[in-house]
Amino acid sequence: MAVERNGAEVTPPRPAADRTPPPPGARLAGQAGKTLLLGLVAALAVWGAFPLVSAHAWPALGALAVVTALIFSVYLSKRRIPLKYLLPGTLLLIAFQVIPVVYTASTALTNFGDGHRGSKQDAVVAIQGASVRQVPGSTEYGLTVATRGGTLVFLLADPSGGTFVGDAKGLRSLDPSSVTVSGGRITSASGYSVLNLGEANARGAEVTALSVPTPDGAIRANGLTRAFDGKASQAYDAGCDCVRDTSTGHVWRADNANGSFVDSDGQKLPQGWRVNVGLRNFGRVLTDSRISGPFLRTLVWNMAFAVLTVLAQFALGLLCALAMHSPRVRGRSVYRALMVLPYAMPSFAMLLVWTDMFNQDFGLINKLFSLNVDWLGQPWTARAAVILVQLWLGYPYMFLVSTGALQAIPKDLQEAAEVDGASAWGRFRQVTLPLLLVALSPLLISSFAYNFNNFNAIRLTTEGGPFPPTDSSVGATDLLITYTYRVAFGGQGAQFGFAAALSLYIFAIVAIISAISFRRTRRQEEVYS
Amino acid sequence: MSERAGAAAPGLSRPADEVGVSGRRGKASSSAPRERANHGLVRSFRRVGWRHLVGVLAVVFSLVPIVFVVSAAVNPVGSLSSTQLYPTGAGLGNFTDLLRTTAFGHWYLNSVLIAGLSAFSGVFVSMLAAFAFSRLRFTGRRVGLIALLLIQMFPQFLAVVAIYLMFGRIGDFYPALGLNTQLGLLLLYLGPALGVNTWLMKGFLDTVPRELDESAVIDGATHAQIFFRIILPLVTPMLAVTGLLGFIFTINEFLLANTFLTTPETKTLAVGLYGLIAGQRNANFGMFCAGSLLTAVPTVVLFQFLQRYIVSGLTSGAVKG
Repeated sequence: MAVERNGAEVTPPRPAADRTPPPPGARLAGQAGKTLLLGLVAALAVWGAFPLVSAHAWPALGALAVVTALIFSVYLSKRRIPLKYLLPGTLLLIAFQVIPVVYTASTALTNFGDGHRGSKQDAVVAIQGASVRQVPGSTEYGLTVATRGGTLVFLLADPSGGTFVGDAKGLRSLDPSSVTVSGGRITSASGYSVLNLGEANARGAEVTALSVPTPDGAIRANGLTRAFDGKASQAYDAGCDCVRDTSTGHVWRADNANGSFVDSDGQKLPQGWRVNVGLRNFGRVLTDSRISGPFLRTLVWNMAFAVLTVLAQFALGLLCALAMHSPRVRGRSVYRALMVLPYAMPSFAMLLVWTDMFNQDFGLINKLFSLNVDWLGQPWTARAAVILVQLWLGYPYMFLVSTGALQAIPKDLQEAAEVDGASAWGRFRQVTLPLLLVALSPLLISSFAYNFNNFNAIRLTTEGGPFPPTDSSVGATDLLITYTYRVAFGGQGAQFGFAAALSLYIFAIVAIISAISFRRTRRQEEVYS
Repeated sequence: MSERAGAAAPGLSRPADEVGVSGRRGKASSSAPRERANHGLVRSFRRVGWRHLVGVLAVVFSLVPIVFVVSAAVNPVGSLSSTQLYPTGAGLGNFTDLLRTTAFGHWYLNSVLIAGLSAFSGVFVSMLAAFAFSRLRFTGRRVGLIALLLIQMFPQFLAVVAIYLMFGRIGDFYPALGLNTQLGLLLLYLGPALGVNTWLMKGFLDTVPRELDESAVIDGATHAQIFFRIILPLVTPMLAVTGLLGFIFTINEFLLANTFLTTPETKTLAVGLYGLIAGQRNANFGMFCAGSLLTAVPTVVLFQFLQRYIVSGLTSGAVKG
């Protein structure tokens, strides 16, 4: 087979001609390429600096300068050879993997989430803005909804002919010469793109939510063409660090440990702020029985899912590889090409197709076998189904790697065992399998780690379901990762801080299991080789 | 395999080897009295028949869902409930609908470009790093390797909130790299490349004899010449396979792309096709399957193209881990 020939191709040294001293032209070409690339870096840095300078983003500009200087110093230096090879990947890794992950991990110590997004100041503004009521004597404005750089703003015309622009930061005057007013409303303003009523309606929720803070209240929209300057009925009082309702006198005191305003009955205002909660998110997983129970159950199923998936994929892949590992099988290449087809199909699409094949009413599986089973509606059939789907998606990969590993096993070992009188099964059990396991253990472990967090496998099939009727927080096929995803972005309000704590637990579990198994395979390798 | 055996032991020619296999089997079974009574049919099953049985069953298992997809794609009605395992009619209506009513061409181009570029660049940067880890000795080498292993264990997409905020900010300064741009998504995919591939490639590079670079050093080659002219040509199979794996992974990536890309023209195949059946699972099923088949085309072509590298490439890195 081509494959084996190719394996042989890798090891022999290249012809000596390649190793003679390179002609000076090659060195020159190398220099030219280096100059070109560094020139490109310089050009990119200059291009990148302009927007940062104009926005006065000095820290970002500083980072850009440091990175550029680093690149130049590394590639112009005669030394620092390892860095020359490590720098490109490391920069990408830091920018797009390490920074987001570290940021996420740092939110695990906060209550970041819906209702706790911004600072206390933001929360106060939001509370006062939301409580604004139109009172007699409020100024009425003609409203025009517009955008500037994608952000929604209000263009306002007051009865006396003053023109303003308002956004979440506040109200500013507009130069009358830069706007056109007709019928008491602004119809165009330079620098702003005016939305027509249809467009404004499409962003209706944003229009309703926008409140432009004013000294004693806020300007809010009343429909799409009118706005009023209302009085806030709830106001923050710095003296008592509380929010007081000006009409009823009800008081919500600031709970600075939890980032909420709470009244004497324990009722919270929906707008809170982001505070540091220490290790509480981590503790909640262990102590809160509403969390720890589902978490442990999910962990058990998660382990079972990952182990069973890898074992099933490996067993079937190995069986097929063994079956095809004989020159006597005619049409091996046809078998092989057809078997690995699932690996070439787009897995996101095939997961959805499998879900439809398990459909109770018109799914292929029930049709083929004349059954009427609600496969994905019952815990155990759903679990079996997701593992079967993973088996289909993953066994071709195991087949490929097992085939390669089988071909790498020295023939004389097999023959020696045969001479010693070992049966076919004995040879497999005593010689082939141990050698295969040594070769494939690292792959099996990384496959385990991958399947432990196989988000798509669940999200695109059962979405974690079926759910017990009493509890919709965690379903029968949920993995820790899909459960965490639901906590972070789910319907019951986003809890980013808590989800980050959960993902650090997952990270720790995967890391520990992988570390233990890598250590074991190390030992195994020493025994066998 | 006979080729390898033949190469290893020139005394064993290919025909002798094949005769040897059957001869030995024959002897083994005739020496067991219990088996002497068996018919030739049973013996031949034990020798080759079971292999065909396993092969046929596996092929059926592999093909059923794919045949179903093909059948749905050519099904003129185009709904899930009307689709059988075998095509009940044939028409290209789903394909033409797909091209006419959706931005499928855009999705396709986006996916192939993003997956292709990220596979190529990802392989290149991690190959550079693998060369440093395998061939050069420097302080922080062990720490760096372990850090890479750990970093890749943190599921990147759980950082999706941070990623969203970050690219929103980047887009304020550089609209070409912000949210809802293909270039931004490409950069995002390049982040984990180092963690995913470097270990695999380092394992493979460790199997390439060091004598090669040592003799090149004696000949006066620089490190860059060793890398580009000696190492790189030797590891092409590995690079091809890692690139293919990266391509497959990226073309299937759904979650980050789904958060990132919102307008029809910027979507990738995974996001676009998912949107097609997210609302109307039954009605658009035919179009969805047609799109899935077309999505498989670049992967299958690459597979055929790289077939001779795949098996050796996948395992030779793994063996040394």
